[in-house]
Amino acid sequence: MTAVTHEHDAPYQPVFVGERRKELDALFPLYPTKMACILPALWMVQEDRGWVSDDAMAEVAQVLELTPAYVKGVVTFYTMYNTHPVGKYLVQVCTTTPCNICGAEDVVRALLDHTNCSDLGVTSADGLFTVIEVECLGACGFATPVMINEEVIESVTAARVPELVAGLK
Amino acid sequence: MGYPFPSHAGETPVLSKYFGDKDAISLAGFRKRGGYDGLQKALSMTPAEIVDVVKASGLRGRGGAGFPTGIKWSFMKPGDGKPHYLCCNADESEPGTFKDREIMRWTPHALVEGCAIGAYAIGAETAYIYIRGEFTEPLVRMRDAVREAYDAGILGKNAMGTGKRIDIVIHKGAGAYICGEETAMMNSIEGRRGNPRIKPPFPAVSGVFAQPTTINNVETLAAVPHIIVRGAEWYKGLCLSSPKSTGSKLFSVCGNIAKPGNYEVTLGFSFKDFLYDLCGGPLPGRTFKAVIPGGISVPIQTMEEAEATKMDYEGFVEQGSMLGSGGVIVFDDQQNMVKQIARAARFFAHESCAQCTQCREGTAWTTKIMERIRDGEGTHEDLDTLFSIADNMTGKTICVLSDSCAVPVVSGINKFRSEFEALIKKPTFHPVTAAVA
Repeated sequence: MTAVTHEHDAPYQPVFVGERRKELDALFPLYPTKMACILPALWMVQEDRGWVSDDAMAEVAQVLELTPAYVKGVVTFYTMYNTHPVGKYLVQVCTTTPCNICGAEDVVRALLDHTNCSDLGVTSADGLFTVIEVECLGACGFATPVMINEEVIESVTAARVPELVAGLK
Repeated sequence: MGYPFPSHAGETPVLSKYFGDKDAISLAGFRKRGGYDGLQKALSMTPAEIVDVVKASGLRGRGGAGFPTGIKWSFMKPGDGKPHYLCCNADESEPGTFKDREIMRWTPHALVEGCAIGAYAIGAETAYIYIRGEFTEPLVRMRDAVREAYDAGILGKNAMGTGKRIDIVIHKGAGAYICGEETAMMNSIEGRRGNPRIKPPFPAVSGVFAQPTTINNVETLAAVPHIIVRGAEWYKGLCLSSPKSTGSKLFSVCGNIAKPGNYEVTLGFSFKDFLYDLCGGPLPGRTFKAVIPGGISVPIQTMEEAEATKMDYEGFVEQGSMLGSGGVIVFDDQQNMVKQIARAARFFAHESCAQCTQCREGTAWTTKIMERIRDGEGTHEDLDTLFSIADNMTGKTICVLSDSCAVPVVSGINKFRSEFEALIKKPTFHPVTAAVA
């Protein structure tokens, strides 16, 4: 494909080649339309690249016969697709009501302190951590759940944070 | 078994029987425990016979609305020449609810079996299981289970050797509470933004990919194999209060309580015994203040209301709330209700898909005003404004997210008004009209 590249960037390397392309092609028979494969395709992009760039959206558009604008519309609807690069560890803390009443705000503060992130959504200078608050992770009985990349850690308290962060460094 | 705590003697473990039992996760382990007996039996019945059994059992939707499952299935007209679809709603994201998560983590094959029976009953060859993106572990378990079921010939073009085709596709969501709304979920499966659709047309007429579709919750489908194996009469017999509410139901319990977790009780169980006995009561030295019994979208109950409640669809309504999804959020005397209702409003403002003006603007303004009151900057007029906004947000939008935001605010002010007033220190601003000479 002809990827849109910017002057300072390295040329865009397509995601859907080789094995990935085969994986995508295997999805097509599961749905009556190609468009239905957009969420799985975007997941593949994010697994490989860590985030979904405009160039990647253009590639998804091309492989699914959609427009880049349509793909961007879908990407920006869903909160789990990162539209900017994030740290090596994306730390998502639930602070919705059930976790809030169990001390989730203290967990957020402790995580920011120990990861040296200056604020929510700002990646630490060493590139390791991005801490964000998220709405309900669906593990309310195990407050506070913290999702680090693909893993959900249950019952995190502010006191457990130093050990948790040290284990990742 | 039970997870994270062993089952209490007061529980009725049907769906939760193998929670915490690692051996029940695999196909071999599940079959040893009677798994897929229900599907085997169902495939020897006609779809209409299955629908009749489910109707007779009294099973109602466990996702929140409580619609009778058998009746929902009967809306799918056989022989219309169109492909039918089953969508399993595993987008569990109602704050306070985490029961479907445990079903998928511990007994993924129970859901595969339920989906297969449901699909066959409504004449569908394909079932989509829509699992929220945050459920990484349940996703892995479900994908493994579906793969095992295909390899064993349980799914596929010759399901259990009967010549019937049943395919199950796992579809991973990407972070959107609203995709738990059935029409938003169908849009999301189709590869669109998860905006809810106007009904009618109802899904049974024009659902996913514009074909007849049934959407069922995880817990609903997981209950079906038990009904097929043990019969409608057995299920109907699980009833302690209203005859309109039958069967066992999982309740997720969280917040300020001694033993948070999932508990499965027969519908009609005493909510007082549930909170103080099964869940261990308040934390040491604390007392309960309020309960949201069915996920954050249902009205807040005072303890007086909660303690008088029979835990079924009718019982919660009689005591000023709803059963909803069964997500019980408990608040104790250390919590400020204004702060927590403001946080709930923020949740809805974040999750509004922003299609409807009443919801997009209403959730945002409700949050701003609630947070202003929380921070000591509110006026008495703000309470009236909140009621007025709530009124304009209720019953006026495509889906009920807007209504859901108004619910905790209205019930919170009505039931805990003194906490709001304690935070309002500013005098009410009365504009002075200029005198006309």
